[in-house]
Amino acid sequence: MTEHETHDFDVVVIGAGGAGLRAAIEAHDRGARTALVCKSLLGKAHTVMAEGGIAAAMGNVYPDDSWRVHFRDTMRGGKMLNSWRMAQLHAQEAPDRVYELEDWGALFDRTDDGRILQRDFGGHRFARLAHVGDRTGLEMIRTLQHRAVALGIDVFMECTVTRLLTDEGRIAGAVAYWRESGRLIVFRAKAVVLATGGIGKAWKVTSNSWEYTGDGQALALWAGADLVDMEFVQFHPTGMVWPPSVRGILVTEGVRGDGGVLRNAEGRRFMFDYIPEMFRSETAETEDEADRWYDDRQNNRRTPDLLPRDEVARAINTEVKEGRGTPHGGVFLDIASRKPADYIQRRLPSMYHQFKELADVDITREPMEVGPTCHYVMGGIRVDPDTQAATVPGLFSAGEAAGGMHGANRLGGNSLSDLLVFGLRAGRYAAEHAATVADRLAVDPDQVEAAEREALAPFERADGGVNPYTVQQELQDCMQELVGIIRTEGELKSALERIAALKERAGEVGVEGHRQYNPGWHLALDLRSLLTVAECVTLAALERRESRGGHTRDDYPKPDPELGRVKMVVRDREGKVTVSREPLDEMPEDLQTLFEEKPSP
Amino acid sequence: MTTYDVNLRLWRGDQGGGELRDYIVACEDGEVVLDAIHRVQATQAGDLAVRWNCKAGKCGSCSAEVNGRPRLLCMTRLSIFERDEPITVTPLRTFPVIRDLVTDVSFNFEMAKRVPPFAPRPRQADGTYRMAQQDIDRVQEFHKCIECFLCQNVCHVIRDHEESKPSFAGPRMFIRYAELEMHPLDTGDRRELLSQRMGLGLCNITKCCTEVCPEHITITDNAIIPLKERVADTRYDPIAWLGGKLRRRGRHEAGG
Repeated sequence: MTEHETHDFDVVVIGAGGAGLRAAIEAHDRGARTALVCKSLLGKAHTVMAEGGIAAAMGNVYPDDSWRVHFRDTMRGGKMLNSWRMAQLHAQEAPDRVYELEDWGALFDRTDDGRILQRDFGGHRFARLAHVGDRTGLEMIRTLQHRAVALGIDVFMECTVTRLLTDEGRIAGAVAYWRESGRLIVFRAKAVVLATGGIGKAWKVTSNSWEYTGDGQALALWAGADLVDMEFVQFHPTGMVWPPSVRGILVTEGVRGDGGVLRNAEGRRFMFDYIPEMFRSETAETEDEADRWYDDRQNNRRTPDLLPRDEVARAINTEVKEGRGTPHGGVFLDIASRKPADYIQRRLPSMYHQFKELADVDITREPMEVGPTCHYVMGGIRVDPDTQAATVPGLFSAGEAAGGMHGANRLGGNSLSDLLVFGLRAGRYAAEHAATVADRLAVDPDQVEAAEREALAPFERADGGVNPYTVQQELQDCMQELVGIIRTEGELKSALERIAALKERAGEVGVEGHRQYNPGWHLALDLRSLLTVAECVTLAALERRESRGGHTRDDYPKPDPELGRVKMVVRDREGKVTVSREPLDEMPEDLQTLFEEKPSP
Repeated sequence: MTTYDVNLRLWRGDQGGGELRDYIVACEDGEVVLDAIHRVQATQAGDLAVRWNCKAGKCGSCSAEVNGRPRLLCMTRLSIFERDEPITVTPLRTFPVIRDLVTDVSFNFEMAKRVPPFAPRPRQADGTYRMAQQDIDRVQEFHKCIECFLCQNVCHVIRDHEESKPSFAGPRMFIRYAELEMHPLDTGDRRELLSQRMGLGLCNITKCCTEVCPEHITITDNAIIPLKERVADTRYDPIAWLGGKLRRRGRHEAGG
């Protein structure tokens, strides 16, 4: 067996973004010996990039807001495919999670009477996002990071998990390597929480960083756990499109929440042409009404610029496709002509900075050019809505890595709140599970050895092996072209063929050099999970023969009521990935009534 | 769109030593140094070590020295350099190198563990914390810190004096102390710790940290100097203490 170090814990949390940090804090507070393992340095996880805010029905700006309204918005945004119970818990618990951050030192922007200010975002009926300018994620991750450090939680930084270990069908630990030294680690654990985030790095144009390679989803799948809703990938409507090096970098929805509007190359506010039936009764029909809405919510309906993200992304896609795009293939996002420069700089300092430094664009004077960018996966590890337990005993998941909460489409602002609400729950129930497991920690040496052999295999092909960077690039091209915003059966099928071929080549990947901080090796191992999640997304997308939320099929352009009652479950059985339909959980009657009443204007 | 060749001169090596190596790589208008490095990685040196995450100036991972100047690689556009001059990229000098452009920044994480945590006063009767925006503006400035550690890297107290590290928290941590000290809800008092154990007095306000901050936090004027003033209000002021020592020694030597 290869040399490795061994660590014993009750709970090992993998991923140190918002969900992982919150889970680790909770598990620690409940007495579990807890480890936090992350691929990057602490505080660099993708949560740091979240801009707009944390959705929570605190009612500070609109006292009429309540968890029921938030719940309703979330379900409608998700095209009713969400796990109703997760959406309910999320809406009910989010305010307490925000106040808790304040108790730990976070400083949100304030209302005139000194409370937490809340901003407008797409799909939210009321201004609901607690925020700090346009750097809310930074505030959140730093607050949680300081808290975790103060509690003395063991942190394994720049440490990547490559396999989960099981013992008689339940979780027993994980195998990992230190990026810095390349040394291998075996964690023996009673419970594991996967909080590894998303899968965006499988696409070419993405707002996601290198870390987002679907590790958690793949680790869970390989360990025998179910995934759900993998066909639902969110393309955020507004990513930067120029210059090429920044293509995909996120432009916060807060620009539109704070008064910015979308225009095509002809200067037309095209979103008025794309109001779907579901949102017609509460969306403004004219520019005048939309503009009045910012100041008078009682008598006007909201601007279509703030429709849910799937609607806006598709609209932009159509405008560009039909020849009304900007020179660099996007549309204009204009706040310069609508708000004073000092307001823009105060509300959107990061956006100002980002465009100034990277694109030579002064957003207080000229419009931005934006287009869709792969941003978020709604699907993920199938979990129990209350406990976040996956379908393998001892395995838990929270945040983007877990599925169900957001259904077919996530509303902006619902991610940061999701991380907190379900991060806490995952940590709590992982700690409770660990307490029920007998003291002895055991791992199967054969599994450990197999995982270690797999991890080191790329070095055996140092000469003449396939370049891992080339495989990743080809996968990104494949997913971008064939499994993007608009999909068809033919394209999805050819994507599956290309993914299968790439899997073969990934098996022949070789890396040069040694194990110490070797990015080629790191990528070679990440390719396994990238290719796995790419296949899951494509298979689920083939099976869902309808258009709904983040999944649009050109060959089935309408929602199918039958498919509106099922979720796609992805499983790996002896190396073969399968998709099956399962009915959604039935929503209780008292909640169903929320969707029957017409909303007051 | 024009493509042109960039000559990157990258430091390759580890604890045992290293050298600058030249790479010619095709780049496009609008690209940044990190793009060029990634292309070298993908096509010429798969094992070239560089730390990065967001590639949008928000996570502070890709700090290095470009032509000797500390910068974020993802926010340094190639267009600011002469096209026919090589661009030299070296690791942060203040921290031990791990490999190539990656350094061991654990010093900062160790120092962070020594910060006494936020200790808020109780909530108001209605369950809220009421704070005026203007009272939190200055603390929010410090919360902008992305922990790129460029300020730590340029601070000569640690850059030129390795022996100072155990007893000098550095500008990044001074911001952290300042944000706690100035937080409207915090009840802690970290002044003694700052002066006795964290080396606040060693800073002689040359403002190198402020100059290099990619978030434009006015570290010296808004954090360090106010902290020094607060510490001066206590009897533990190291400048006064050191001044006293020097004066006494001066008298002693003159007398001897």
